[in-house]
Amino acid sequence: MGSFSRRALLMAGAGAGAGMLTACGSNTGRGGGGSGTRLSQWYHQYGEPGAEQAVQRYAAAYRKAHVSVQWRPGNYDQQTAAALLTDSGPDVFEVNGPTLDQIQGGQVLDLTELLAGVKDDFNPAVLTPKTYDGRVWGIPQVIDMQLLYYRRSLLADAGIEPPTTLDALVEAARKLTDGKVKGLFLGNDGGAGVLGGTPLYAAGLQLVTAEGKVGFDDPAAARTLGKLHRLYADKSLLLGAPSDWSDPAAFVQGLTAMQWSGLWALPQVRKELGDDFGVLPFPKDGDHGRPSVPVGAYAAAVSARGRHKEAAKEYVKWLWVERTDYQEDFALSYGFHIPARISLAKKAAKLRKGAAADAVRFATDHGYSQPLLWTPAGQTAYQDALSRIIGSGADPERELRAVVRAVADELDRVKKKS
Amino acid sequence: MRRRRALWFWVFVGPFALGLALFTYVPLLWSVGLSFFDAHNTVTPTHFVGTANYTAMLKDGAFVGSLWTFLVFTAFIVPVTFVSALALALMVNRVGRARAFFRSVFFLPAACSYVVAALIWKMSVFSGVRFGLANTVLGWFGGDSVAWLSTTDPPWYWLVIVTVRLWLQTGFYMILFLAGLQRIDPALYEAAAVDGARPGWTVLRHITLPQLRATSVAVVLLLVVNAFQAFDEFYNLLSDARGYPPYARPPLVYLYYLALGQGQDLGLGSAGAVILALIIALVTVGQARWLRLGRTDTDG
Repeated sequence: MGSFSRRALLMAGAGAGAGMLTACGSNTGRGGGGSGTRLSQWYHQYGEPGAEQAVQRYAAAYRKAHVSVQWRPGNYDQQTAAALLTDSGPDVFEVNGPTLDQIQGGQVLDLTELLAGVKDDFNPAVLTPKTYDGRVWGIPQVIDMQLLYYRRSLLADAGIEPPTTLDALVEAARKLTDGKVKGLFLGNDGGAGVLGGTPLYAAGLQLVTAEGKVGFDDPAAARTLGKLHRLYADKSLLLGAPSDWSDPAAFVQGLTAMQWSGLWALPQVRKELGDDFGVLPFPKDGDHGRPSVPVGAYAAAVSARGRHKEAAKEYVKWLWVERTDYQEDFALSYGFHIPARISLAKKAAKLRKGAAADAVRFATDHGYSQPLLWTPAGQTAYQDALSRIIGSGADPERELRAVVRAVADELDRVKKKS
Repeated sequence: MRRRRALWFWVFVGPFALGLALFTYVPLLWSVGLSFFDAHNTVTPTHFVGTANYTAMLKDGAFVGSLWTFLVFTAFIVPVTFVSALALALMVNRVGRARAFFRSVFFLPAACSYVVAALIWKMSVFSGVRFGLANTVLGWFGGDSVAWLSTTDPPWYWLVIVTVRLWLQTGFYMILFLAGLQRIDPALYEAAAVDGARPGWTVLRHITLPQLRATSVAVVLLLVVNAFQAFDEFYNLLSDARGYPPYARPPLVYLYYLALGQGQDLGLGSAGAVILALIIALVTVGQARWLRLGRTDTDG
């Protein structure tokens, strides 16, 4: 009896499982207009409330295919990279790229034709890194940027002007530091991760030149990066805060007088601090320097292993090229981003006053985006070196020599492939 | 009858053997294969590069550095856990009352996940701000706040990494030692007492430790293997959205970023994994030889 009932239970379980499977399978979404094509679309997890509902709403409004949206928390880059190796990955996905290896490996489809006629309306700063060999491999969704937030009142109390040179920033951070408040927050690792190439651009250099050569093989690079160690050595940096640089918590809670963070943090900062804050680009260093801010964009890409490639392209065109109303909603209603379309960015009232207007101006005048040729291997070598320079006071010249060698090797590798 | 037994053998063993082959051996061999190819963003590469990945890996300062990191970590964590687990076991074994209570209290952290413990260590115990637990205590004595995980000189991050692992695993090895201690025949101690051995160091040195030999060998082996697999607490303590700092980076963390990060260099990552596997195999075999694994406590 015992064994019988166990078996019966198993059978019942299997039956229920099968029932659930068919239930899912028969759910083709919509009747009528639907062609029965099913697409899956992946997004990384945006922190802002409402963003997930918004993308679900856009997908549901698409008539030509049934699009199921997956909102994926966790290590999104790793997840997509692994999924792209299989047939069960997404058809359409957003990507902080696509990377050069993804393009060269044929993992993403050429989307150039989707932009026919409107290509000039996409901000070149973010479209260029999605372009390789003259073809476009991802449609920029929204522009993100990073910038320096400072507390007006704290700077005024200390009699400090908002810093416009790197030396002034180092000095200001030192003066603003006391027992309770630190001068500057560049992330819990001391800035190596988030600053990346920003200080190089502030010194008038770049990561990779237009000709595909190392862009910071110059004594100015070592001089500028060496100054970042001063911040650390002076104990002006906030380190080990409960949340990292991308979250304005440390700034609004008064743990630090200045913080490097993203434009996305602006609504929260304004809500907490009112007008008691201002924004700055990363200040210039040296005679040839100029202020710099990093800009970047998640792009919508189409997997080369999807089953409905044409349908997927059509959907991307519909959502990220044709439906400007959705693009505007996505950029401005939830977090705070600059629309990737120049025409939309100009229209956006929210971006026309106060700190937001400053930020847009920085992005236009001083924005740089990571070149496509700045691949993860080069990035890791550089970031390791920067971390040693900032935190351990390693000799910038020696560190940079090794990085220049590693990056040059990597550039040779990717050029050989093309 | 024999055929029926063979059938039942496969019915019971088959699924596990299949699972083992499918999820362990195939990926393992596949990875060895990948290590000879240029496998950027693909698991079915076509560009054979011979041993280029291996030479690149062995010349890679970051990878070799990660092996050193690991060696330092092992050289420290294995003896320290061993001694503290043994000390705890000896103490708990001698406690007259509430032995079960102490046993449970020391064992409980073993039930906690590495990830959770690492987050608690990072965010509240060793948080870098002035209201973190460790910094609050420092503040009572007038000390400055220390950014525990970001300070490389002196390398305070090791304190965080080592304490979280000690807290998590000492109790578990204490239980192993306790089990070993309880198997020692009390008659041995009585005989020693009759022969005039004074309780304390002499008895520990000449009776307890030799009797614990098999347990000790097992504990050392497990500790070394666990140290090799160190990933969770390192990753959760030190990584952020932008990657991992160049210090305290054990090989598994480095390979994880290399092969599975945005780099997706599966060939190079596989070569590193094979090198690591060979080192682990060598160490384990050497250790087993050296410790004469397989001998029982009574062989002494």
